[in-house]
Amino acid sequence: MNKVLLLAKQLWQFLRRPSAKLSVGLILVVGFVSAFILHGTYSATMKYTSTLEFCSSCHTNDVVPEYQESVHFSNASGVQADCASCHLPKEFLPKMTRKIQASREVFAHFTGKVDTPEKFEAHRREMAEREWARMEANDSQECRNCHTQESMELSEQSLLAVKNHTAAEKNGETCIQCHKGIAHKLPDMTGVPGWE
Amino acid sequence: MNKMMSALLALAISLPAFAEMVNTNEIGGLESLRKEEVSVEPQAEYMKKDQEGSAMGREFVDMPPLIPHSVDRYQVDKNANSCLRCHSMKNADKWGATKIAVSHYKNREGQQLADVAPNRYFCLTCHVPQKDAKPLKENTFEPVESLKKH
Repeated sequence: MNKVLLLAKQLWQFLRRPSAKLSVGLILVVGFVSAFILHGTYSATMKYTSTLEFCSSCHTNDVVPEYQESVHFSNASGVQADCASCHLPKEFLPKMTRKIQASREVFAHFTGKVDTPEKFEAHRREMAEREWARMEANDSQECRNCHTQESMELSEQSLLAVKNHTAAEKNGETCIQCHKGIAHKLPDMTGVPGWE
Repeated sequence: MNKMMSALLALAISLPAFAEMVNTNEIGGLESLRKEEVSVEPQAEYMKKDQEGSAMGREFVDMPPLIPHSVDRYQVDKNANSCLRCHSMKNADKWGATKIAVSHYKNREGQQLADVAPNRYFCLTCHVPQKDAKPLKENTFEPVESLKKH
């Protein structure tokens, strides 16, 4: 144990010592190049792991085909919201939190937790509830990235929608409370408020 | 000579049959809703748009009322019933939706149930969104008002 401590101390001292042989220029160049490479790798990984293609590599037999039937995949205007638009926060910290949480899902994938439609169906409710809770907690931020209350033209909506959107705003309700299962099949809704 | 005669006779008898075979079109000379020959792929009709807004009337006695809005991607299965979310007795007032009929709370034996009867659960079996579609065949169905005349 003492040896390890000694080694750590020596390393620390080495790191603290000003460089005597290397030029400042070399240190700067090495620093810039490695920062460039690391940042490039980071953003490329972030980008790739947020694509529909990447999500589909595991979810091709469950939620992806459901999403492909939904209006967020294809619609009259041709604007598409992909997996990340709804399931991955845009802000840095929530995004990193979600990415780290997602490592659990990678583990579940390799251990085959939901690798058959039956197994997926058995866990659908708990997975949906997790996502509902996340969206209720951040005031449906991912919905609001595109659908803002301010830019909703209420006069273009049906009377029912006008009434309920106005009331929802007044009561501080959030999108996901009413709009569940818009891109995926609903789980067993027994006992979910509003669905009895 | 005899052989020649019988061959001619056979030909004469089968001629009408041959003629029919030649004249008959692929649908066997029957009148069908599909106007084109079986081998012809006709141009598909444009999808008819759902007619949202005011409800169309009922065209015959006991006709299940039409749905005056789109039901695109509505989920009606073991897990959830998107229709009942607004139209059940419990939720209809909140959403200002039409309540489903009390008859839908009775099972096929006529027993009153606390919830929608299982045989009424699949709303879209009888109720369909209204579209501007003309009947393919003429029919004699009449709205309930016609009963007053008799």
